[in-house]
Amino acid sequence: MTKFQSLRDAVAENINDGDVVAFEGFTHLIPHAAAHEAIRQGRKDLTLIRMTPDVVYDQMIGMGMAKKLIFSYAGNPGVGLLRRLRDAVENGWPNSPEIEEHSHAAMANAYEAGAAGLPMAVFRGYRGAGLADVNPNIKSVTCPFTGEKLAAVPSVRPDVSFVHAQKANKKGDVLVEGIIGVQKEAVLAAKRAVVTVEEIVDDFDDVHPNSCVLPNWTIAAIAEVPGGAHPSYAHGYYDRDNASYLEWDKIAADRDSFKNWMQANVLDASPDDFADRVKNLRGDA
Amino acid sequence: MSGFTPDEMMTIAASRALRPEDVCFVGIGAPSAACNVARLTHAPDITLIYESGTIGTAPDVLPLSIGDGELCDTAVTTVSVPEMFRYWLQGGRVSVGFLGAAQLDKFGNINTTVIGDYDNPKVRLPGGGGAPEIASSCGEIFITMKQSSRGMVNKIDFFTSFGHGEGGDDRAKLGITTKGPTLLVTDLAIWKPDPKTKEFTVTSMHEGVTREQVQETCGWPVRFADNVDTTPAPTELELTTLRDLQARTKAAHAGKDRAA
Repeated sequence: MTKFQSLRDAVAENINDGDVVAFEGFTHLIPHAAAHEAIRQGRKDLTLIRMTPDVVYDQMIGMGMAKKLIFSYAGNPGVGLLRRLRDAVENGWPNSPEIEEHSHAAMANAYEAGAAGLPMAVFRGYRGAGLADVNPNIKSVTCPFTGEKLAAVPSVRPDVSFVHAQKANKKGDVLVEGIIGVQKEAVLAAKRAVVTVEEIVDDFDDVHPNSCVLPNWTIAAIAEVPGGAHPSYAHGYYDRDNASYLEWDKIAADRDSFKNWMQANVLDASPDDFADRVKNLRGDA
Repeated sequence: MSGFTPDEMMTIAASRALRPEDVCFVGIGAPSAACNVARLTHAPDITLIYESGTIGTAPDVLPLSIGDGELCDTAVTTVSVPEMFRYWLQGGRVSVGFLGAAQLDKFGNINTTVIGDYDNPKVRLPGGGGAPEIASSCGEIFITMKQSSRGMVNKIDFFTSFGHGEGGDDRAKLGITTKGPTLLVTDLAIWKPDPKTKEFTVTSMHEGVTREQVQETCGWPVRFADNVDTTPAPTELELTTLRDLQARTKAAHAGKDRAA
């Protein structure tokens, strides 16, 4: 059964050094506040999983928290490359994380297999793709019924997954709306799941019967953090802060400007700062 | 119609290739503009799909990322990412995949992963995202990119997604049953694969473009078809549609920027 906690306590109780961790969000509902809390708490040696590591993974990589990265697209969407990731991969600063790179189809299937309690995912993929030559975790199986050769990858089963969502009700059930990405799979594939939400409401009586709801007993902890996805967005609450994504390209271009920004905006900040960051982005969301 | 840029010609020529009945998996950037111009001109009923799970989307402005809220707001339905890749892409529901490329070779193989060696890259690019399976599961692939000798190369550094391999029936040899790249639209020309060798061949050049220009901006020796057409210039409707879309996009993204 879930519990409502401060983000600080939820992070402290659920993530340990050396854990396999997913902070998911497919361009939408990215749990920035939770990742910043993990940065403040100084977690390290993490295996960081995400389909689309973007700005917040660039921040964790630049802070030296990543031992290994498992991903399928590492870029700043609509802007370009991730400069801290590049510095780590190309120059080993501040360390050289191990890379396990997949396609989106593989990662999506691997999350689903994790949620389904399977050891691996099987799909029709990687035909002629170079990743199959450089990633030893891409293998193949032969269909016992048709003889078709199919791709196989290990399932994703994080120690802990963090996602952001629109709302929880007082019982701790969580509603995810809009581009739902792999939020549900990330929660169900993990041993523990921590969810930050925009708000806590009395009940879900007005919610459509087929909505994406995660029952309270699938979630370890819920923290109410308005604006907790910023600069990503929360459908129905606030828009994506495109300017921040553009600014990140300049901030991350230089090691010192990166460190200064992290000090001012993450290390010396708190989860309560997120609400302010989205106040001009509310309205027509 | 006079007075248009090579970029506008590229987007419009690419948009013309889409058919009203197509179900199109849209890559971000140049493909996204072309697909939406098609939807706003000759193909109003086209189904546009973005990998974030939005099916049948009709954005009023072009998205900055493949997961902008606008795509979800205007979609027929929004599904999870695993469902997108399993039921819709792998399930064979998508007729055209529209991709861009950082590096492309003459057989339509694409690299968006690394420049240089994979384990010790000169430049680490974002990677393939959905492209490896888009390239093999869509009925056919259209590619659009600006020509440059750095982008259109003799040998790509990494096979992010498979086109025609070394040409001929290389796709079939790997058990791939879809057509692969059938069209390349650049800012200078329209290219189609030779029916046998599968090498991209220039079939049409845009107005005012010379063969020398096409060759200078391409890293492999260019083959030209026996009869090279001239790409029809953009119509008033096409150009107005594209410019209005870009103006709306610019205004919307500026308006949503954080107040200083």
